[in-house]
Amino acid sequence: MIVPLEHVLILAGLLFFLGMGGLLAWRANLIMMLVCIEVMLNAVMLAFVGGSARWGGADGQLFAIFIMALTSSEVSLALAMVVYLHRRRKTVDTDRFSEMKG
Amino acid sequence: MEQTFFYILATVAVIGTILAIAEKHPVHAILYLVTSLFSIAVIFYLLMAPLVAVFEVILYAGAIMVLFLFVIMMLDLGHPEKGLSPHWRECLPALALAGVSIDCLAIVIVSRHGAVAAPAAASLPVREVARRLFRDHGLAVELISLQLLFALVGALYLGRQGAPSPGLRPSPPQERGDGGEGEAS
Repeated sequence: MIVPLEHVLILAGLLFFLGMGGLLAWRANLIMMLVCIEVMLNAVMLAFVGGSARWGGADGQLFAIFIMALTSSEVSLALAMVVYLHRRRKTVDTDRFSEMKG
Repeated sequence: MEQTFFYILATVAVIGTILAIAEKHPVHAILYLVTSLFSIAVIFYLLMAPLVAVFEVILYAGAIMVLFLFVIMMLDLGHPEKGLSPHWRECLPALALAGVSIDCLAIVIVSRHGAVAAPAAASLPVREVARRLFRDHGLAVELISLQLLFALVGALYLGRQGAPSPGLRPSPPQERGDGGEGEAS
């Protein structure tokens, strides 16, 4: 372990809070919301890998790989939904999708 | 030496993320995010996880971000002047909440001292990682594969051109040909 685990966790926490703040700030744009969710999941992966490097097990790396597979499926579904919504309303503004009756 | 690299890469990752979430143009934001992801991949390599580092470059920066770019180009969303970027007043609650969280993190850091580098654990070879993956977490691998299959079927269902059912499509049918993907070509 080249650096203390606390420093890795600090970096992961900073990235997570940056993603969270971006998600709250960009709540009118679907694409940027998805990008900020990517940042948050990436920070979680960094925390897992840091723990794996601290205690020498492979489980953290494996869970990072699981998160990566989960993220890819989430992004594919979410982007398909973005394409579908854009085809219906010609926008990705979330304020335009405020009613459920279609 | 490696410690210096870690801190440099951490700075690059944080600055790249800040630029990505502060950028009004979506394509520029995604390119900044790719920079951040590359530096995080090198951090993964320094933390003795070369497999995750390679997957980060190939999957995250190579596949997922390119998927984002494809969708932005296909739907022609790269116009920040269309008014989808937040006003500064809309950023205030986000800034306040993220500031509270980051301040809590800073207080936790300051309140406990003595972060020393732990003794180095041996780096696991890829063969050992793969053995543990398929021997100890076989059920999780199967569940992930099922999840990927469901995501594939769901994306195919959501992305097809024809009307799924008459109730789901309020737009008149003569507008269907010139919208969506037709604009990108």
